[in-house]
Amino acid sequence: MAAPVQSRVDSAAPTAQKLTIGKALNMGLRAAMEADDKVVILGEDVGKLGGVFRITDGLQKDFGEQRVLDTPLAESGIIGTAVGLAVRGFRPVCEIQFEGFIFPGFDQISSQLAKLHYRTQGKIKVPVVVRVPFGGGIGAVEHHSESPESLFAHIPGLKVVSCSNPTDAYWMIQQAIACDDPVLFFEPKRLYHNGQLKSEVDTSQPAGPLFASRVVRQGTDCTLVAYGPSVKVCLDAAAAAADEGRSLEVIDLRTISPLDLGPVFESVRRTGRLVAVSEASAESSVTSEIAARVQQECFYSLEAPVLRATGFDTPYPPSKLEEHFLPDLDRVLHTVDRAMGW
Amino acid sequence: MPSPEQWTHPEPGEGPAAQAAQPSREQVIAGLRNTDAGGAEVTQLLTPEGERIASPQFDRYISDIDPEALRGLYRDMVLVRRADREANAMQRQGQLGIWVPLLGQEAAQVGSGRALKPQDMAFPSYREHGVAYTRGVDFKELLGIFRCTDHSGWDFKAHGFHPYTIVIGNQVLNAAGYAMGQKFEGRVGNTDGDGNPSSTDEATIVYFGDGATSQGDVHEGFVWAAVYDAPLVFFCQNNQWAISEPTERQSRLPLYQRARGYGFPGIRVDGNDVLACLAVTRWALEECRHGNGPVLIEAFTYRMDAHTTTDDPTRYRLSDELEVWKHKDPIERVRVHLARNGHADQAWFDQIQSEADAFAADLREFCFNMPEPPPERVFANVYAEPSPVLDAQRDEYLSYLAGFVEAGER
Repeated sequence: MAAPVQSRVDSAAPTAQKLTIGKALNMGLRAAMEADDKVVILGEDVGKLGGVFRITDGLQKDFGEQRVLDTPLAESGIIGTAVGLAVRGFRPVCEIQFEGFIFPGFDQISSQLAKLHYRTQGKIKVPVVVRVPFGGGIGAVEHHSESPESLFAHIPGLKVVSCSNPTDAYWMIQQAIACDDPVLFFEPKRLYHNGQLKSEVDTSQPAGPLFASRVVRQGTDCTLVAYGPSVKVCLDAAAAAADEGRSLEVIDLRTISPLDLGPVFESVRRTGRLVAVSEASAESSVTSEIAARVQQECFYSLEAPVLRATGFDTPYPPSKLEEHFLPDLDRVLHTVDRAMGW
Repeated sequence: MPSPEQWTHPEPGEGPAAQAAQPSREQVIAGLRNTDAGGAEVTQLLTPEGERIASPQFDRYISDIDPEALRGLYRDMVLVRRADREANAMQRQGQLGIWVPLLGQEAAQVGSGRALKPQDMAFPSYREHGVAYTRGVDFKELLGIFRCTDHSGWDFKAHGFHPYTIVIGNQVLNAAGYAMGQKFEGRVGNTDGDGNPSSTDEATIVYFGDGATSQGDVHEGFVWAAVYDAPLVFFCQNNQWAISEPTERQSRLPLYQRARGYGFPGIRVDGNDVLACLAVTRWALEECRHGNGPVLIEAFTYRMDAHTTTDDPTRYRLSDELEVWKHKDPIERVRVHLARNGHADQAWFDQIQSEADAFAADLREFCFNMPEPPPERVFANVYAEPSPVLDAQRDEYLSYLAGFVEAGER
């Protein structure tokens, strides 16, 4: 595991502040850059513009053009040069503007980033973080709302994480940068500036290890497991269910690869039911893996098969239709009803 | 018919008359296939007949190459070729899974490799056995890749020689990033009192073939290195064939001329001339150390053997072509030069040949006795940090294997 991250920003900043996920990521990046001058950020428009979502806002101004690189417009170039910088001893943080544009960089991610450590029997470390805004619900045009995380979770050598709240955003990005392995960091773009999620972030100490899932709401009747943007949907669903007298437990997966399913197994052994929720298409996905492993580990505890509320096995639809595609509170509760009625 | 080397791009605004002077596509292709000479602009310091050609621009880069140093380059090439032939034979005997021959490219690799300083980094493709040799990588360490016991064995930092890259063109971007790092760390553009590059200044060289120039990553590598002024020498070994696809399947232009479109110098060197490869690469590296990089070098050479041992060149190229290139052999021209000028006698050449034979015999013995990696290596070093999931998979599998031992079935 990575050494505990101690941010140098702590001494200067108040220990608790109300932040959105977007602002927390920005502060986390700033703290990582202050803590280690080998941390460099590279991507399209990350400098003067601060990124299309403003997550890197102000960083180039304060750290200079050699630490925050406005790159040419080519994703393979961003990832490929980050690999070379890492070989040299830097800790590059790449920003991919939207997840639908990551595929020109897929070759470098799968062929080089994921494999150099294995290929060289550990002689080369590639501590590269690839930040990927992902998921739908922002009313965007094609290629701006996808959930390709399963494709990366399937590649050995990569680690894949996603955050769902400001405290995790602040700390997980720093922990990912401190990690000696390549990390794909999936950020829930529709929650970046969501005021409802604004919360106090304790910048004095991490909320927990990076590669660990967490129970974020306790319950007794059925377990919901989700990550990224779907965590809020599940928490809202659990609150609505509570009004009807049903107790749902919610687990924020946080880490997709390696999957930390221990808390999920433990929860399912208590509740007997599991609904896995994700915006990604269902087939061969993170939720498929969860279903497979939970039936293997919790077979005798299950009162119902593991059910899933996910995006459909279609390309992401035109966004006027995305409310039908995305698993929302009602679809999650409907799936819970099916599990309870088994 | 003008060769493409005699034709340069018109400057913007030169008008339709200059446009009209451009050669036809057929003329361009005819120039590309001008495999005899590499065109009028090729830099050559030692002819195929072993005659030294004076070069006002490049002689100063090889002023230290006295007869003893030239004998050293000859020895390098003979040893590398002998080892390459031995490995090729071992593949034929089933001792290696595959081999990637470098026959014919010894001058391009030894010349450019010997131009590097210890602090420089080389990013190879997968045919750079000669460069590996010049970087002090034991030839034996290459064999594991081709016997399929390993993906890469050497210490890349100690040798300044990155692991081989199999995916075409990937290493060009990785090298661009590494070179950017050299620049960011201030290892470029420092000078002594006389304006010479500091002894600690660094540069990176990246090797790729003519086929790789069609890859997006190579284009992106050109873009990145150019806009960040990275100290990177792009060393393209144009050996005329990307497996069965000729150079005209990759480009309408001579490859070195592409550099102009990216805003840095491109130069075509006789890739079978070890002195020219050494001089031109030293010049390019010096440009990089000054902070003037990048530079593209097209080493115009020829792959005398197959692409790999799975390839059959008789299906796509004429034997006449091979015969023409045999007359330009990179080793033979140095031998003739040394002999004609009285710098080496037959006894010395015989001694080098015996040395090469011993080198090959040692290699063969090593290969035959190479241990197979233990099964736990499957699981090792997937991640830099501990992975309990993989540890569990490994333990379960080893326990499974141990069951066979207990039952006496293994």
